[in-house]
Amino acid sequence: MGLRIPQRKFKSINRRELLKLTPMVALGAFAIPTLQKPLLKAGLGFSDWASGLLFRHGHLAPTFADAHVTPFNKFPINDYDVDDPEVDFDQWNLTVAGAVQKPGNYTLAKVQNLPKVTQNTRHVCVEGWDVIGNFGGTRLSDFLKMIGADTTSRFVFVECADAYYESLDMATALHPQTLLCYEMYGQPLTREHGAPLRLQIPTKIGYKQAKYLTSLKVTNVLQKVGYWEDQGYSDFYGL
Amino acid sequence: MASQAVEIENPKTGEVTEAVYEHPFVVRLCHWVNAGSLFVLVGSGLQIFRAFPSFGAKIPQKDLIHWPKAFAIGGWLGGALQWHLTFMWIYIVSGLVYVGYQLFSGNYKQILFVPRDIPGVWPMVRHYFFFGPKPPAKEAYNPLQKHAYTSAIVLGVLSVLTGLAIWKPVQFSWLAWLMGGFHYARLWHFVIMWALLAFVFGHLVMVILHGWNNFVSMFTGWKKDPEYRPE
Repeated sequence: MGLRIPQRKFKSINRRELLKLTPMVALGAFAIPTLQKPLLKAGLGFSDWASGLLFRHGHLAPTFADAHVTPFNKFPINDYDVDDPEVDFDQWNLTVAGAVQKPGNYTLAKVQNLPKVTQNTRHVCVEGWDVIGNFGGTRLSDFLKMIGADTTSRFVFVECADAYYESLDMATALHPQTLLCYEMYGQPLTREHGAPLRLQIPTKIGYKQAKYLTSLKVTNVLQKVGYWEDQGYSDFYGL
Repeated sequence: MASQAVEIENPKTGEVTEAVYEHPFVVRLCHWVNAGSLFVLVGSGLQIFRAFPSFGAKIPQKDLIHWPKAFAIGGWLGGALQWHLTFMWIYIVSGLVYVGYQLFSGNYKQILFVPRDIPGVWPMVRHYFFFGPKPPAKEAYNPLQKHAYTSAIVLGVLSVLTGLAIWKPVQFSWLAWLMGGFHYARLWHFVIMWALLAFVFGHLVMVILHGWNNFVSMFTGWKKDPEYRPE
């Protein structure tokens, strides 16, 4: 056996070893009500920052064969308020503003004149469910080019007919699978799914994919981030 | 450093007790940080699960279980996600520090279950569950213990990998693919949580059965009157 030491010495060794664990007490800060909120905000912010680093422009979301697409009637309809904000299609246009060369109102025909992309991609809801849908529309990057957007700006901000609003980081806005979507399953968007125009972004969580778009702004500064984000959900939530 | 031993002398009675240094500082620190973060991750994970308590389709939705809110952390989905996405980093860092330390210190040899431990498993099972004779302690950790700790580390790694596949099913699409896609990664993440909880349950039972000196050693590193004494 080893060294023989008096009990007092052993106790002091033990106390010293126990004290070494004091940094752990820092975790207890999460239990203090006034500190909890800013700490969790910082944690979520760190996660979003890491998410931004992980995002790769050239990396495509998996696409699926038609046989794997979820039937249209099993594609959930999620909204925060109403399924149908009663958009008047005859009067509808998309109001473009911000850091763009050609601001103004754009009709649906203008959007549809750009090259059409269709894709079978997975739609993931923050609640946990997922479906594979068939979507058709215009690349947001093509639309941004048409309106002469300054793509060095940081964000694209959109507003919706149901008072929903969302923002996208520019890297995601320029991703080749990010669509201004006007078709699902080969048919014009139904009102519940966001007619006449919605965002469809396979690299983002569901709540970022705003429906019933009415305006789009290219900007460096966000007054607000998004309907759910401003209540405490992740700002970036990239998949 | 591990398995350093001393004799403690009580100056009044002259009584001598032995003690060994069983748990290095890094292991103790990681153990408690990991325990705390696992607690938060399980609690917030169950709150996240409550938002869609199913592994099937959304339409029609068939709930697996209705998990009570009282046994969840975060209060609502957004709150639970904040806890989960914050503590996952603490969990990952403590896991990496722990595994890194074990590898570089060589301490892993104490707890890594290897093929030569296989013959010793059955005698331990017989002892714990069927009142068999107690096999002599030949190492700091018996074969069944090694199996439990090695499994827990593997489960910890899997919990992170399945979690990454859920968090980033596009950027880590290969990882999600390995698990059968986002949908199944979510199921594996859930199953692995229960496996980890089963380990924690067994671990706590053994801690209670082994008494105070053993419990204290995870704080101070030193275990008084140990069952196994290194030569």
